[in-house]
Amino acid sequence: MKVLVTAKRVIDPYVKVRVKSDGTGVETANVKMTINPFCEIAVEQAVRMKEAGIVTEIVVVSIGPLQCQETIRTAMAMGADRGILVETAEEVQPLAVAKVLKAIVEKEQPRLVIMGKQAIDDDSNQCGQMLAALLGWPQATHISNVTVNGDSAEITREIDGGLEKLTVKVPAVVTADLRLNEPRYVTLPNIMKAKKKPLENIKPDALGVDVKPRLKTLKVEEPAKRSAGVKVADVQELVAKLKNEARVI
Amino acid sequence: MSSYVAPLKDMLFVINELAGLDDISKLPGCEEVNAELVEAVLGEAAKFAQEVLEPLNRVGDKEGSKLANHVVTSPAGFKAAYQQFREAGWNGLGGMTEYGGQGLPHLVSNPVQEMWNSSNMAFCLCPMLTSGVLEAMRHHGSPEQLQRYVPKLTSGEWSGTMNLTEPQAGSDLAAVRTKAVPEGDHYKISGTKIFITWGEHDMADNIVHLVLARLPDAPEGVKGISLFIVPKFLPNADGSPGERNDVKCVSIEHKLGIHASPTCVMQYGDAGGAVGYLVGEANRGLEYMFTMMNHARLGVGLEGVAVAERAYQHALEYAKTRVQGREVGQRSGDRVTIIHHPDVRRMLMHMKSQIEAMRALAYLSAATLDKAKHHPDAAEKRRHQAVIDLLIPVVKAWCTEQCVEIASTGVQIHGGMGFVEETGAAQYLRDARITTIYEGTTGIQANDLVGRKVGYEKGVTAMAVIAQMRETAAASTGDLSAIGQALSRAIDALQEATQWIVDTFQKNPNAVYAVAVPYLKLFGTVGGGWMMARAAQIAQCKRAEPGADVGFYDTKVTTARFYCEHILPQAAGFRQTVVAGADSVLALSEAQF
Repeated sequence: MKVLVTAKRVIDPYVKVRVKSDGTGVETANVKMTINPFCEIAVEQAVRMKEAGIVTEIVVVSIGPLQCQETIRTAMAMGADRGILVETAEEVQPLAVAKVLKAIVEKEQPRLVIMGKQAIDDDSNQCGQMLAALLGWPQATHISNVTVNGDSAEITREIDGGLEKLTVKVPAVVTADLRLNEPRYVTLPNIMKAKKKPLENIKPDALGVDVKPRLKTLKVEEPAKRSAGVKVADVQELVAKLKNEARVI
Repeated sequence: MSSYVAPLKDMLFVINELAGLDDISKLPGCEEVNAELVEAVLGEAAKFAQEVLEPLNRVGDKEGSKLANHVVTSPAGFKAAYQQFREAGWNGLGGMTEYGGQGLPHLVSNPVQEMWNSSNMAFCLCPMLTSGVLEAMRHHGSPEQLQRYVPKLTSGEWSGTMNLTEPQAGSDLAAVRTKAVPEGDHYKISGTKIFITWGEHDMADNIVHLVLARLPDAPEGVKGISLFIVPKFLPNADGSPGERNDVKCVSIEHKLGIHASPTCVMQYGDAGGAVGYLVGEANRGLEYMFTMMNHARLGVGLEGVAVAERAYQHALEYAKTRVQGREVGQRSGDRVTIIHHPDVRRMLMHMKSQIEAMRALAYLSAATLDKAKHHPDAAEKRRHQAVIDLLIPVVKAWCTEQCVEIASTGVQIHGGMGFVEETGAAQYLRDARITTIYEGTTGIQANDLVGRKVGYEKGVTAMAVIAQMRETAAASTGDLSAIGQALSRAIDALQEATQWIVDTFQKNPNAVYAVAVPYLKLFGTVGGGWMMARAAQIAQCKRAEPGADVGFYDTKVTTARFYCEHILPQAAGFRQTVVAGADSVLALSEAQF
């Protein structure tokens, strides 16, 4: 079974994100970038399925500037077999991502697409759902477990009330939640091997997809600073404040 | 409590720009190495150091390794971490490719080593000793020995140790007394070795000891010492660890620092003699040890860089969070974090600027070592070999001496809390303290520098390096002219002191050895200034490029300026001590002390 996984390049989660001085977005120049942690979990899942003998080939896709090659190499060092970079300098919004991925799916014909449930930069949580809809495939989002048996996959999803178990027909799109697995440390020999794995570079035009943004960002600003708290004298005062000032009870 | 964050940006700046990764990529055998690969390797190593090794650093310090019934148990978590380290392939970073290593050059493996040492120096000593054994094997092992030991040492399944020191033979190895008696295809080894780092432990399946010993008919002194492989378990024909050899750990030392690393007293031959295999030819053991000395001493110099970096990060976080007092000149208003106080800033800059200078000099040495090893042109190879031979004692002793001072400043920034173990600042100082001692003390390094490296060759290589420094000073113009002038003055001091060493060495060697350490510190201080001036020049050019990280490059220039204003002026003082200070060192009679 062939699997397609996605790997978005995002600001490293340990970096303090700064808003650009002109308010058009956040500063990404000269900032440490990394693979989106949820994408990393998706890659890990594919690699584990390959090690278990269920998956035969893992293709990893990233969309964005040339530097996304590094993100793909990381995924290949984890165990993905080959990479596809869809290179564009545009800001790629969720629908455009889904359209690009749809074109790649049609070309590659995977039986399963594993994505991160969302990227930690814009937290959209839309691409997996949109891709499934465009393909007309079943979707299972926010999964914490997956087992593929022939033409179907047993899924566990984390929901508010507990765990939801589902069966979906494959081909399907699934998106990984935090507890699906714990990604491995990449080994040194695999970093060296990843250099030699094939990495294809294509442009959105070649896939017949227009990635131009449809949403316009008006302004990006930092959240307002939290103001200092106050000490209350007793419970009565607290209740009164919650009632009259905060209006939460 | 701070967490270690590998200073990747600083490291890559030095690797790519200062030490010249491009030149290394051109060397035969290093063609695969490029900036992208280096970034990937360093990035993953940083993760491993930060997430696996660093959390064990305190545990290791508090718990220490323990000995019971000749068995050493490493601190909780160490065995599992070593297993992970091994499985991730890190043990084979610089190893021979034909035996499963990755064959990466020093310019890549040494920065990775810096991260291991920053996050957990005591742990790092185990793989570091293994790489020392591998280096010895690479040069002197027979094909059969390579086949038998190198793959397992490269993978880390087995670890290695160096057994040189004996109670009466420390810096003076000519006094080694351990015996080796021939018996069939092997030798029976008996004697006591002390200070054996990771000599016994529970992390690897087997331990391969390299042991210096004397054959029965060996001549006295250094020319009568041979090198032997003595495995803890004798390997079976299929390579698996077999029969237990007659070697055991009889005690471990209680030390000031590196508590997690067991420092063992090893007893050989209590039950008739440990089986040992001769490496290379008889009576050439000490000479073999010297072939890997540069490698090992550079490794310890890097420990200095690494622990200093860690101490700096720890102090920096404290300075940014500890609130105490108001800003100078303010009588009211909010109290501020101590980084607002000028003297705390001075201490932080003192740490930061020297660490950057030390790292640059250490990585430059790594690159020089690579060129000395791989350069296709024989003359170039010789030239780089001469330079590295000169730089090694400087990097080893200067980086470690400064590290002790920097770690001490780290404690100082914490005030009273730094003296309390709880804050963790003290561990770095305690761990750092060994680095100026083992692998040749600062005194031994300085003697090597003024003797073999400067005196005997009449300063030829030293003057060539000084000429290179002058080029950098001359190129520091425009906004950097103050840096260039400060560097020029410091180079004058170094050149004059070097000339004095050359002139005095033949007629009064005692005087030269009396001021060897100040000379070495002078060399390190000026060498560091040379690196900082180059960093400033590169930063100046780079900041003008479109999209450049202006803040990063400006920091480089300012840090270089601080170094020139606060550290480099010491050069004149060292020079004065060198050219005029020997007499008083030697003037007192023994009774007058």
